This record gives sequence, C-alpha cells and structure tokens, in this order.
Amino acid sequence: MVDAALISTIETAMQRRKIMALALPMIILAYLFYAAVSFDVLGVASRARMENARILLSDFWSYKVHVTRDNRRGRVTSSLDGDNRYSFGPDWVVTQGDITTIDLGGGAIVTYDPAGARMIMPGYGTVDIVSSGGKVSVTAPQPLPDWISVSDKRIAVTTPLGRFNYTKSKVETFRYFAGWELFFFTFDSPLHGKSLSQLGSLALWEPRIEPGQSNLALMAEDFWSNRLWHHGEVVWALFETMLMAFIGTVSAAILALPLSFIAASNMMPLRAVRFAMRRLFDFIRGVDALIWTIILARAFGPGPMTGALAIFLTDTGAFGKTFSEVLENIDEKQVEGVRSTGANGLQRARFGVIPQVMPVLMSQVLYAFESNTRSATVIGAIVGGGIGLLLTQAIQTQKDWEDVCYYLILIVLMVFILDWLSGLIRRRLIKG
Amino acid sequence: MADIALGPEPSPKLHLTASQQSYLHLVRRKRLYSTILLALLAALLATGFDLAEQRNAGGFLNGVPMLLAFPSEVLSEAWTNRANVPGLMAHFLPSLIETLNIAAVATLLGGLFASLLALLTTRGLAPFPALTGTFRRIMDALRAIPDVVIALVLIFVLGGGPIPAVIAIALHTAGALGKLFSEVAENADLSPVEGLASTGARWGQRMWLGVIPQVAPNWASYGLMRFEINVRASAILGFVGQGGIGHDLKLAMQWGQGRYDEVVAIFLILFLSIVTIDRFSDRVRTRLTKGAQHG
Repeated sequence: MVDAALISTIETAMQRRKIMALALPMIILAYLFYAAVSFDVLGVASRARMENARILLSDFWSYKVHVTRDNRRGRVTSSLDGDNRYSFGPDWVVTQGDITTIDLGGGAIVTYDPAGARMIMPGYGTVDIVSSGGKVSVTAPQPLPDWISVSDKRIAVTTPLGRFNYTKSKVETFRYFAGWELFFFTFDSPLHGKSLSQLGSLALWEPRIEPGQSNLALMAEDFWSNRLWHHGEVVWALFETMLMAFIGTVSAAILALPLSFIAASNMMPLRAVRFAMRRLFDFIRGVDALIWTIILARAFGPGPMTGALAIFLTDTGAFGKTFSEVLENIDEKQVEGVRSTGANGLQRARFGVIPQVMPVLMSQVLYAFESNTRSATVIGAIVGGGIGLLLTQAIQTQKDWEDVCYYLILIVLMVFILDWLSGLIRRRLIKG
Repeated sequence: MADIALGPEPSPKLHLTASQQSYLHLVRRKRLYSTILLALLAALLATGFDLAEQRNAGGFLNGVPMLLAFPSEVLSEAWTNRANVPGLMAHFLPSLIETLNIAAVATLLGGLFASLLALLTTRGLAPFPALTGTFRRIMDALRAIPDVVIALVLIFVLGGGPIPAVIAIALHTAGALGKLFSEVAENADLSPVEGLASTGARWGQRMWLGVIPQVAPNWASYGLMRFEINVRASAILGFVGQGGIGHDLKLAMQWGQGRYDEVVAIFLILFLSIVTIDRFSDRVRTRLTKGAQHG
C-alpha cells in the first residue's frame, strides 16, 4: 500500500512545480515587457534608418564608382566612392566633347550633355532632365514609379543597376561592383589591373618590372603598403592586440601564482593574511576592467602597454581566485611525501604542489589568453591601441564600412585560430 | 634548487640502477625542456613588453609614479565635496538601472537563443544532425565578434539608446552560453527523451519535457554567471557607445576637474552593484548546483 501522506506530499510538490512552470515564464515575459517600454522599443523602431542598413550591407561587399559632372564648370570625373585621390577612366564612361555617355550595363545608359542629362532605363523609357535658366524640368513616362523621386532641388533615380542624382550644382551616377576595390594593388602600383595568371607568370619567369627588385618582392611590398587598405598597419594592429593579451595574461599568471599560495587555506596557516589576500582579489575583480583601464590610461597614456596592464590587473584578481581554489583541492599525499624527506616550505611547493597543479593552471591560463584576445579588442578601443582602435575609427567615419567588414573578418579568423590552437594545447596538457 | 626530492644516494643493488638511470635521465630531460620553455616565455614577455612600451604614448617607468596621481586627485576633490556624493549616487541610480536592465534583458534573450542553439548542436538531441557543424560555427562566430563592434554598427542603423547594446550583448551571450549549454545537454540522460518519443511526442515536446527539466539548474547557473559578465560588458558598452552608467562616467571624466565627485559616485555605485551581484549569484549558483546533486 502507498502511504497517503507520501501521496499528498508528492501532490503538493507537483502542484508547486506546476505553478512554478507557469509563473516563471510569466515573470520573465512581464519583465521583458517592462524593459521594452523603458527602452522605448517602438520609438527606436520608428526612428531606425533602414537606408543606413542598406548602405552598410552593400558597402560590406561591394564598392561604387561615382561619375560626377560639376554643372558649373562642366568637368567630368570618375572616382572610387567619390574620393578624388582615386579617380580614373573606366572604359564604360565615354566622353566626346561636351557629351558623356555612361553605360550602366543591362541596357541602362546615362548621358550628360550641355542641356542637362538623360537616363534610358530598359522596360521603362527615358528620364529626360533639361536645365535652363536655373530651372530644372523632368520629362518621363507617367505615372512616375516610386524609384524616381522628383523635388524642386533634386531628381533621384535608384535602380538595381545604379543610382543617378541630379541637382543644380552637379549630376552624379553611381555604378556598383561586387568586391573590395583596389584590395591588392592601388592605381599607382604597376601591378594594378593584372589578372591572377598574369601575376603568376610575372612572379615566376617574366622579366623584372623594377630592375632592383624581384617581381615577387614588388608584389609583397605593393600589397603591404597599399595606401587605401593599409594591410601592413592592420596586421600590426592585430599583432598589437594579441601582444596586449599575451603580456597581460602571462604576467598576471606569474604574479597570481605566489599570491594564490597565500590565499589558499591549506598553504597559508595565518587566517588574517589569507582573508586579506582574498579580499584584495575580490576588490580587483569588483572594480572592473573598465575602471582600471581608465585609471591606467591616465597614468600611462594611450597605447598597447596600457591595455596590457589593464588586462594584467583584472586577470591577477581572477587568477588569484581560481588558482587558490585549485590549490585547495590538491592531493596532500604528494606534499606529505616531500615533507618526509625534510623539505622546507618552498621545496614542498616546488616538488609537491606545482607538478600536480601545473596542467590545470596552464589550461586556465590558455583559456584566459584566448578570451583576453577578445577583450583586448574592446580595451584597445578605450585605450587606443590595436585593432580595436582601427575598428572604432572606421565605424566613426560612418562610411568606411568595407574596412569594418575586413577587420571583423580578420578578428574572427584570429579568434578562431587561437581557439583552435589553445584547444589543441589544452587537450595535450590534460592528457599529459 | 637542490634535488632533494630525488632521495638518497643510488643504491648498490644492480637491478635498480638501470631503471633509476632511466628515471634520472627522464627527469633531466623534462627539466631541460621546462627550462627552455620558461626561458622562451621570459624572452617573449620581455621583447613584447619592450615593443608595447615603444608604441605606448607614455613610458612604463614614467607612468608608475603617476599611477596614484589621478586617483588621489579624484579622491581629494571628492573628499572636499563629500557631502555631494550620496546625492549624486542617488542621481545616477536610473542610469545604473538602465545598465543592469541592458545586461538582464540581453542575458535572457541571449540565453533563450543559446538554449535553442545548444539543443540544435547537441549530439543525440539535434533534430537535423547534418547541420550541427553549421550551427556550431555560427556560435563560434557569435562568440568571436566583439560586442562593442556590433553595438557601434547598430548605433549607425538604429540610432542611440539601449537597444543596440542589448542586441550586441545578446548575440555574444548566445554564442558563449550556447557552447556551455550544449556541453551540459550532452551529459543529459536520454531515457526520458526515449520514453517521450515512444508516446509520439514531437521534437519540441521531447526537449521541453525530457531535456529542459534535467539541464535547467545547470543552465540557470551558467546564465547567472553570464549575467555577472554582462553587467560589466554593459557598463563598458555605455562608455564606448551610448547609454547607461558607462556613458555618464565618460561624460564626467571628459569634464575632468570639478566633476570628480560625480566620477567617485559612479565608481562607487558600479563597484557596489557588481560586488552585490557577484555575491548574490554565487549564493544562488551553489544552491542550484547542490539542489541538482540531490536529484
């Protein structure tokens, strides 16, 4: 027979569980609702600029060539992203006298002429803009589709093939291309515009372009010192970020090791000292990396060393705590064995304790190093060093999104590689 | 250091000498390797430090005496205006709450997303075993991208406010917790799942009724640990981007002298809240994991 009291206990327990299972999601939902109201989610949704998102995403993987005519002077220039330092003459732009013809591909053709400008869209017709006496008039098949916007000051046509803007002072056509412009060689390099097979044969057997330098070295140098992408500086910045993480983590581990002996209950007989050491670790961890970083940046100025010191400080607190926990869980037999030979404290620590905790500590340090390469990016943004600085700068200009994408890919690759490496080493450490 | 651990003089017994010799040989080689490794590490550290110092604006040795200059300047000014500090702490409380809210919402949303990702990548539970690798790579990428970057990019699209920070931290949390969650779920007992499967339960039901009750305490414990981390991340995001106590701290710091009482007030409430949250979560976590051991 089943005990009646037991049944009732089980039933109340089940009842409580049921209520919990319902109440917990409700509480979470209510909290999220409160947060949504206090964060003004609706306001943000209405203020969000979706065209910015579109610009950002298209800039991530493509670039555009601006073909601009200054309407007052009549000069036509083609340049990358409208940057005058990178103007060139693409073969799809033909200028004959006053008339410029731009072939956007797919049958779309834009013509600039002294009277104004014209755009022929296949499947739609011609948008004809005539400017006379300071007035701009548009003739286009009616009704106007929503990708053409006409106002007193500006006529804008946005198509998948390219964009076209007409204002009184200038007329611009943008044509988009997939990929990153001038990623390998800029215009001033003799290697610009060469195909992969051409580059290959140049590197292997063709005569030298620069007499004093092999073609391969020339390629490496022109790539490394690319004036638009600054590959050399980017690689340096990545290295700096890893350097910050490395110096910070390793020196923190070196300092935390002896300190953790003081904080471990089985190593330090004096309770007061132990207690003080532990509170010191708690304090360092509690103050938080942000505040340490600010204080250190004041003393040492911006740069990678400040970042390394910030990581060093916070990690000393974290390592001190975890190391002392490891030390408290050691096997005392080995220490006893060493003690029986008459070893003093230092020798007991060296031969009784260190050998058995070393793999665990090393694996913790490696794990911290790996996660610190990530925080070094963030700390770099505050102290001004490494890839974090480049990233925040590129984001703040609000137009170099392709740089942001490039840096992000490099950071993700760096973290993946370090992840994989440290996993490999940790597995070997644990196996012995 | 003397080799005291190696014991007394080699004994005259012949059959022991060979093994003793080889043991000594092994120890010597191991020591040699460790010494080389240590020397290499020390050399790397020294050159790295030198390099970092060259690229830093101020040198290390010049900085050390300055280390206490800024804190003492701040503290002395705050001490003369110490009457203001409690009032200022109350004044910054709403910003602190915003920072905590960002962390909490991000942990919740990221945790939900992480649970889904974890179940999708756990061997034996995944509904699409062929896609586990893909989902794992997604988690890795979410972990790898720094939250500051996501937040700054989102500020460009969404404008200011706490939402970019929430999304950024939530994405990072999803990646980080997803990995830990799936490690927990891997050790879950599969018999309840099989039992549910025999009654014709769908995948969602099997997970909700068979797996979640088993892993909930450990997941909650990891979630709390992440919340501690996210509070700090949220403060940093405020400093670099916008919103919350971090932003107030940045404004007060940029103002410099004259508003150091504000700086101290912000430091204090940030410190106190972080310590309190750590303590609280420590206690809840021990209870959660101990409760799980009871069954």
